[in-house]
Amino acid sequence: MTDKPLLDVRGLKVDFLTAKGLFTAVKGVDFSIGRGEVLGLAGESGSGKSTIALALMRLHRPPAIISEGFITLDGEDVLAMTPERLRKWRWSSVSMVFQSAMNSLNPVLTIFEQFRDVIVRHTGVSTAEARARASELLALIGIPQSRLDDYPHQLSGGMRQRVVLAIALALEPKLIIMDEPTTALDVVVQREILQEIVELKRKFGFSILFITHDLALMGQFADRIAIMLEGKLVEVAPSAELIANPQHDYTRRLWSSMPLLTRG
Amino acid sequence: MQQVSELLRIEGATKIFHMKPMLGAAHEVVALNNISLSIRPGKALAVVGESGSGKSTLGRAVARLFQLSSGTIAFKGRDIAGMRSHAEKLDYLRSVQMVFQDPFSALNPAHTIRHHLERPLMLHRKLRGEALDSAVQEVCSDVELDPAVTLEKYPHELSGGQRQRVNLARALAVGAELIIADEPTSMLDVSIRRSVLDLMRRMKETRSITFLYITHDIATAQFIADDIAIMYAGQVVEWGTPNLVISNPQHPYTKLLLSAVPDPAIKLDGTGAKSFASEAQAVRALARKASPEVMEVQPGHFVRKFDPI
Ligand SMILES: Nc1ncnc2c1ncn2[C@@H]1O[C@H](COP(=O)(O)OP(=O)(O)OP(=O)(O)O)[C@@H](O)[C@H]1O
Ligand SMILES: Nc1ncnc2c1ncn2[C@@H]1O[C@H](COP(=O)(O)OP(=O)(O)OP(=O)(O)O)[C@@H](O)[C@H]1O
Ligand SMILES: [Mg+2]
Ligand SMILES: [Mg+2]
Repeated sequence: MTDKPLLDVRGLKVDFLTAKGLFTAVKGVDFSIGRGEVLGLAGESGSGKSTIALALMRLHRPPAIISEGFITLDGEDVLAMTPERLRKWRWSSVSMVFQSAMNSLNPVLTIFEQFRDVIVRHTGVSTAEARARASELLALIGIPQSRLDDYPHQLSGGMRQRVVLAIALALEPKLIIMDEPTTALDVVVQREILQEIVELKRKFGFSILFITHDLALMGQFADRIAIMLEGKLVEVAPSAELIANPQHDYTRRLWSSMPLLTRG
Repeated sequence: MQQVSELLRIEGATKIFHMKPMLGAAHEVVALNNISLSIRPGKALAVVGESGSGKSTLGRAVARLFQLSSGTIAFKGRDIAGMRSHAEKLDYLRSVQMVFQDPFSALNPAHTIRHHLERPLMLHRKLRGEALDSAVQEVCSDVELDPAVTLEKYPHELSGGQRQRVNLARALAVGAELIIADEPTSMLDVSIRRSVLDLMRRMKETRSITFLYITHDIATAQFIADDIAIMYAGQVVEWGTPNLVISNPQHPYTKLLLSAVPDPAIKLDGTGAKSFASEAQAVRALARKASPEVMEVQPGHFVRKFDPI
């Protein structure tokens, strides 16, 4: 049955055990993402969006703990995975573009070396094969393969952002989590990158969890939008519906506080 | 020639970075290429443009963080590179403050908000005791933070928007006349973003504070700025009153930029992707050419001459 969602999250609760006591950052959220679907996640800063993103990949670190809930990806219980299974599963089944991704490349490794680390570790192919695969991925995102041996600082911000994205795509995962992947980019480069992603998504059929503060961009890119406030999802609806007819007070407040460009 | 009507005048500013990498050949990056701009007191100039076009470099040059390769920056008619005495330099560093994208980066996690606000007041205004305390309360209230709950907190105990308010309060505390705000709101959610923009606008209108506002968000530039400059590859390609530039863009790069501003009603479904990408490529090739000639489109709206596509 393919009408089952790719990702299913039920009652997810994430706590931070801090010196001042227990702080529940994610207070029992339910959502799912279909195959090939883009789910947008927006909301207050500090409401728990990045915490959810990290928990989905089980990349959350102490003092964060997942205290309740279920995460199922492609029928597999994510919270029950062994460390060994997790290592294989990450990047090959789910990958992530971290918040401030353009600064997340290792400055002392060349672009190829960063591709190689991910590709070789997961597939055990030879360096030459990894190089061929890396060139292919660069071509996909419109960067000449002559840049493969450059260091990150030799690329522009937009190119670095695209490299991070290409690495996330390297193993053809089923789900890609993108946490504010375009905040540092001008709108032209942003549009080019998102269009590349739409194209790749059509080719490979992956799903996306797309986190951003840019609601207009969210409307353009996401199929459905979820709005978060203080650790809870307050509204989830198809994009067009959520834009035209927001139900929750906070959603309405978000839309009305956004300055819009007037071309008049 | 000195015009008192301008707080800041940038004239022919050029900055070339000389790179000598460990591996590979030495080369140059022309980060600023003959930039001329000015800001009147109490006004805001927004700088938008390509990422990597030199916006932050321009801001840092105004903050006197390095010397220009050529050209001048004059503050109230005085060349900032010609400031020699310690007193004059200190006075400039007080008058011109920077606020950055990451509201956390400029705050020291080991100190309370009170400490952050007291220091500049002691250092620059020589306040002590009761006068110091009431000045701290005042700047805190000025940015709409409740002194009673905020002052004893540490930076990590505040939200991003609150931290950015503390950064603006600090600029107020030292008595800044010009604030260079480099993407101050891009990490904030829209409702907080709006309140920080409202605050900046109020600082401008009621305190006559001048802003150099660097952003990727053209709608916020239109919201806050009196003038806008569009940068591409180290040059300002078009500038003027925001409404004139936005409603009647002339330069191909400005047109491209405006056409790419996200519109939630238009779904990115892959149609037109190829043509957008090839248009962008053509515009980039054309906009990269340096051109010294400027045309006045109409009073208050200028564009750099370009070859037709
Ligand atoms: N290491 C930590 N210890 C304690 N609390 C934390 C820690 N990391 C995050 N938090 C808290 O968890 C909450 C959720 O944070 P999270 O980073 O998920 O927010 P977010 O929705 O991604 O915000 P933004 O839009 O600003 O990125 C916040 O209140 C934050 O202060
Ligand atoms: N210290 C430096 N050494 C070498 N090159 C530099 C240095 N600082 C900036 N550059 C280069 O100067 C150019 C302009 O950079 P700048 O940071 O001013 O761009 P920007 O317009 O602020 O971009 P963004 O929108 O991505 O922040 C870039 O090509 C950058 O690589
Ligand atoms: Mg986050
Ligand atoms: Mg910058």
